[in-house]
Amino acid sequence: MTLADITIQLLNGLAGASSLFLVAAGLSLIFGVTRIVNFAHGSLFMLGVYIAYSLTDQFGRGSPLAFWSCVLAAGVAVGVIGFVVEILLLRRIYQAPELFQLLATFGLVLVIKDVVLKLWGPEDLLGPRAPGLRGAVQVMGKSFPEYDLVLIAVGPIMLGLIWLVLNRTRWGVLVRAATQDRDMVGALGVNQAWLFTGVFALGSFLAGLGGALQVPREPAQLFLDITVISDAFVVVVVGGLGSIPGAFLAALLIGVIKAFCIGIGDVQAFGTTFSFSKFTLVVEFVVMAIVLVIRPWGLLGKPAGEPRHTAATEAPLKPLPGWLVLGFAGLGAALLVLPVFTQSYLLILLIDVFVFALFAASLHFLMGPAGMVSFGHAAYLGIGAYAAALMVLRAGIPMEATLALGPLAAALGALLFGWFVVRLSGVYLAMLTLAFAQIVWSIAFQWDGFTGGSNGLIGIWPPAWAAEKEAFYHLSLVLCAAGLLALRHIIFAPFGAILRAGRDSPLRADAIGIDLRRHQWFAFTLVGAFAGLAGVLHVFSKGSISPETLGIARSVDGLVMVLLGGVQTLTGPVVGAGVFIFLQDEIARRVEFWRAILGLVIIVLVLAFPQGIVGFLRGRFMRAAA
Amino acid sequence: MSVLAVRDLAKAFGGVQAVRDISFAVDSGELLALIGPNGAGKTTCFNMLNGQLRPDHGSVTLDGREITGLKPRAVWRLGVGRTFQITATFGSMTVRENVQIALISHHRRAFSFWPRARDLYGAEADALLARVGMAEQADRPAAVLAYGDLKRLELAVALANAPRLLLMDEPTAGMAPKERVELMALVAGIVRAEGIAVLFTEHDMDVVFAHADRIIVLNRGELIADGKPDAVRADPRVQQVYLGGGSTFGHAG
Amino acid sequence: MKSITKAIMLALAGAVFAAPVAAQIKVGELNSYKNFPAFLEPYKKGWELALEEANAAGGVLGQKIEVVSRDDGGNPGDAVRVAEELLTREKVSLLMGTFPSHVGLAVSNLANQRKVLFVAAEPLTDKIVWDNGNKYTFRLRASTYMQTAMLIDGAVKSGKKRWAIVYPNYEYGQAATAAFKKLLAARVPGVEFVVEQAPPLGKIEAGAVADAIAQAKPDAIFSSLFGPDLAKFVREGNTRGLFKGMTVLNLLAGEPEYLDPLKDETPEGWIVTGYPWAEIQTAEHKAFLAAYQKKYNDYPRLGSIVGYATVQTVVAALKKAGSTDTEKLVAAMKGLEHMTPFGKITYRAIDHQSTMGAYVGKLALKDGKGVMVDWTFADGKDYLPPDSEVMKLRPKE
Repeated sequence: MTLADITIQLLNGLAGASSLFLVAAGLSLIFGVTRIVNFAHGSLFMLGVYIAYSLTDQFGRGSPLAFWSCVLAAGVAVGVIGFVVEILLLRRIYQAPELFQLLATFGLVLVIKDVVLKLWGPEDLLGPRAPGLRGAVQVMGKSFPEYDLVLIAVGPIMLGLIWLVLNRTRWGVLVRAATQDRDMVGALGVNQAWLFTGVFALGSFLAGLGGALQVPREPAQLFLDITVISDAFVVVVVGGLGSIPGAFLAALLIGVIKAFCIGIGDVQAFGTTFSFSKFTLVVEFVVMAIVLVIRPWGLLGKPAGEPRHTAATEAPLKPLPGWLVLGFAGLGAALLVLPVFTQSYLLILLIDVFVFALFAASLHFLMGPAGMVSFGHAAYLGIGAYAAALMVLRAGIPMEATLALGPLAAALGALLFGWFVVRLSGVYLAMLTLAFAQIVWSIAFQWDGFTGGSNGLIGIWPPAWAAEKEAFYHLSLVLCAAGLLALRHIIFAPFGAILRAGRDSPLRADAIGIDLRRHQWFAFTLVGAFAGLAGVLHVFSKGSISPETLGIARSVDGLVMVLLGGVQTLTGPVVGAGVFIFLQDEIARRVEFWRAILGLVIIVLVLAFPQGIVGFLRGRFMRAAA
Repeated sequence: MSVLAVRDLAKAFGGVQAVRDISFAVDSGELLALIGPNGAGKTTCFNMLNGQLRPDHGSVTLDGREITGLKPRAVWRLGVGRTFQITATFGSMTVRENVQIALISHHRRAFSFWPRARDLYGAEADALLARVGMAEQADRPAAVLAYGDLKRLELAVALANAPRLLLMDEPTAGMAPKERVELMALVAGIVRAEGIAVLFTEHDMDVVFAHADRIIVLNRGELIADGKPDAVRADPRVQQVYLGGGSTFGHAG
Repeated sequence: MKSITKAIMLALAGAVFAAPVAAQIKVGELNSYKNFPAFLEPYKKGWELALEEANAAGGVLGQKIEVVSRDDGGNPGDAVRVAEELLTREKVSLLMGTFPSHVGLAVSNLANQRKVLFVAAEPLTDKIVWDNGNKYTFRLRASTYMQTAMLIDGAVKSGKKRWAIVYPNYEYGQAATAAFKKLLAARVPGVEFVVEQAPPLGKIEAGAVADAIAQAKPDAIFSSLFGPDLAKFVREGNTRGLFKGMTVLNLLAGEPEYLDPLKDETPEGWIVTGYPWAEIQTAEHKAFLAAYQKKYNDYPRLGSIVGYATVQTVVAALKKAGSTDTEKLVAAMKGLEHMTPFGKITYRAIDHQSTMGAYVGKLALKDGKGVMVDWTFADGKDYLPPDSEVMKLRPKE
């Protein structure tokens, strides 16, 4: 690379960082104040792109003033949408257990995507270029778009404006105070509800504006939401939660690193070619992993204090009352004899339910008793599945053996990653699990010769004795039920009890001689094995495996199942998995806009059962019984 | 021999000498109060004793055994129980389970996977709870306890490994005056009966002078007094620190 | 817990027993409608039109055809479940559809296991008929290899020696790149591939990629970008002057799905594969176009052709087999010939690939819109490797 090449790639990186910074700043503000992990932030960005497309296409082609007015108007429109969403939906569920709001925003993602598809149609929509900024300027003998120069300036300008709002207005001071300690702000007599609404609207506005600014650079399209959301989370976490300058720095860092990876291209070393261009697939997650390992609170974040419990503490765990034990035993027996009475599709659906119930329960073990939220739990499902698939295809190892070796492989993966993970806490911990999951995903995605690359692997079927659906159904039922019972038993055993104790008070645990990190590390590993078992069953039930099994979407599915059922219950994940898979299957078959309907159903469930479905039922029936 | 012996303990943060070469000892069955104005170095001193901070130099011995620089977990294993200024208990568990957890850890069953935690050491836990007057509340969730009861629970937890030494940070902070007296009377009764040594920090001088067998006073990292309550009360340097510092004896902090 | 379970059981039972029984031939169709709507909405219109026409003509074997269509969720795990549902609950006679390659392969894998015919409509991956080919899977659309091969003539004629390559980083892009390098190197001695850029699908940093390509000073570019990546690359490349004097080849860029969004940015002179729907004058295409526009009041995209032709294939196979028996259908598919809007196609017995072709031409601007000019039709049968090579690629049955 010549100096001119380096300069131009630096500028490319800076230009790419601007709108990412805006999105991330909005996400960071929202999280800082309301503690909502807003999955719908990418959807707000996407709305910004679409709205700005329509406005600029209609009114913004003439003059710069018209164009920039349209961009701003799109941001404001998204801000208003955020305002409405906060009032109608989120405001009602702030008291729910931590992370539950995530479920509501997941519902929103589904709804917004289908609404956009309905309103704007399926085709990519390339907007007009910005009037007055259509051309390029010469930078060291190379053409560089004028608009990108403006974007480079927009980042620092918006950083300055946000800084002014946060530091020079009373409202901004309250926002900062709430980021530090939101209980205190409530105690100061500030109307918390409107503060939250305002912050959510501002965050949405920033997301919308970030989207609107992209219109001259990229077409409006339906994948923008998921493309942006993971990048935005990475930027927020790398920068340090709640730190706007941190987000700015992180956006620049990641933008520039990406541009340089592209600029460097292929490098020959040690007899092989390393493609930095391909490395852009996962580079932001590698950066995040490195930053978090070295700085557990991001670049400019501050160590978080002991988190205060915003929701009511879980009630003490009790063994099930006899009538429920009988009930579950009856259900188990009914499931065992079910194949006698029904045709096979129900069995096929139930195999999925069993597998994901085990997967969700293993995630719940982490999120609930162990107090470690994972955003990348699918990694262990996937490692188990890939390990089994590779053993069958490459080494001819029989399925029976992979049922033990697959979970072992997943546990080894979890052992490796867990060592780093348990050194963090809260959202940082969650994001590090995501980073590792993405790294595993990218390996599976990229290593064509071994893992089959993006196509994955096929031809992984059970041996003859388990090939019939009925036999495989029984195998899945027995193994998943055993896994669920084992997980449940461990929660009550000393090991699990100590984990719960450590979650409640790490300080006290340490003061009574407990090495909590070692416990958590072991728990992470153990749970990896259970997820891995689910993965092995999954791959043999489908006959194939692809990188999606390791992907973010699968991890999110797991979270949704756990939260839907109720994170503070032990049967919740099982019910959540059943309800989610059943809903998806039924709705997708019956209606065209199934995503929106599924999203709406989730939102309704969220509003009706803020403690999750099982949490609700327990509140209804168990208290009466106790 | 003293249960706890501290010699020439020192710690500096940056250029600030938080604790300067202090030495003292606590005997079996003795309640030693550590007092001093804010910023005197009490917390630093405490954290060096319980293992959270590593001293720059000096030594801490427990029953003659060197424990300087050990981690809190290891310090606990050697027989040092702790209570916190803001209570730290396991909110999602019952009172009995809180104590059972400490007992499980004490008996090194933390990595046990087979029995149910609630079936282990129940009788021992109940005995401990009875000693702190919490037997009747054994089945209540810790999260719903009144503050005074939480303090008692902490005491029961701290006693679970039959400690030689109790480190109590502000044991009566946040309690009503009547409760304070009751709690300290309870502590005094237990430690004297079992020969446990106690080191506690405290802001409430009524509590200090009513219950401490001996008092040490820290000021700007230095130990300026060590003696019986009456002697300390009469010490001119102590009076200077408290009265001259603008705060009064009775309501410091 | 129990009441929920009960509710689920009841609803399931209702769904199970309510399945209608009719004297129709049921065809299962599954596709990633919600993931790739730009291609698949026209695709659906295409097969619905063909279905309507087939049934209006009396169906086949004296029965009407019913297509049971499902969204496969865009991932292999869900797609396999959906396919199983079609097979076990709907009792369809055969399967058709799928779009992304990994979903196509997973369903093909299932078809092989369950011994049921699968007509893969769109997955481009070469593996579905070669490396991972199986007895029960047949593929309609011209594959990655075929479409790449169609562009090679243009590459050779350009006389350019220094090539840059840009492709979306997944199997399609990788396979296109590998095929291009192999085929071009075989025909142009001394050809150099000076830079390769593989941005993640849907996430191209187009400015940086354009500059990185310019940095290597190529005199031609081979691209397999499509969709938003293509639009971004075109816009950045235009602004930065990357394409001045450059020969550019781009797979798929002439398909209306990807060409139309470019509007007045359409880069002139690019050599592409695609579908110049407004200009094709063959009788079979004119008939299709008229019927399509009459029914939908919209113009067809390439997806429409694929959907239309897939149902044509199914109808032809059923007619030839004279039965819905899988083994007879598979036998009928081998060497099956029928007309499509793109002319006559044949499903090759040797590898189950149809000979459906594609149009190759140059991009041009007309009234602020992108069009294909100087196009010719490339018949798929002319762009496949020799049989001896194909035999080596495909596992023995």
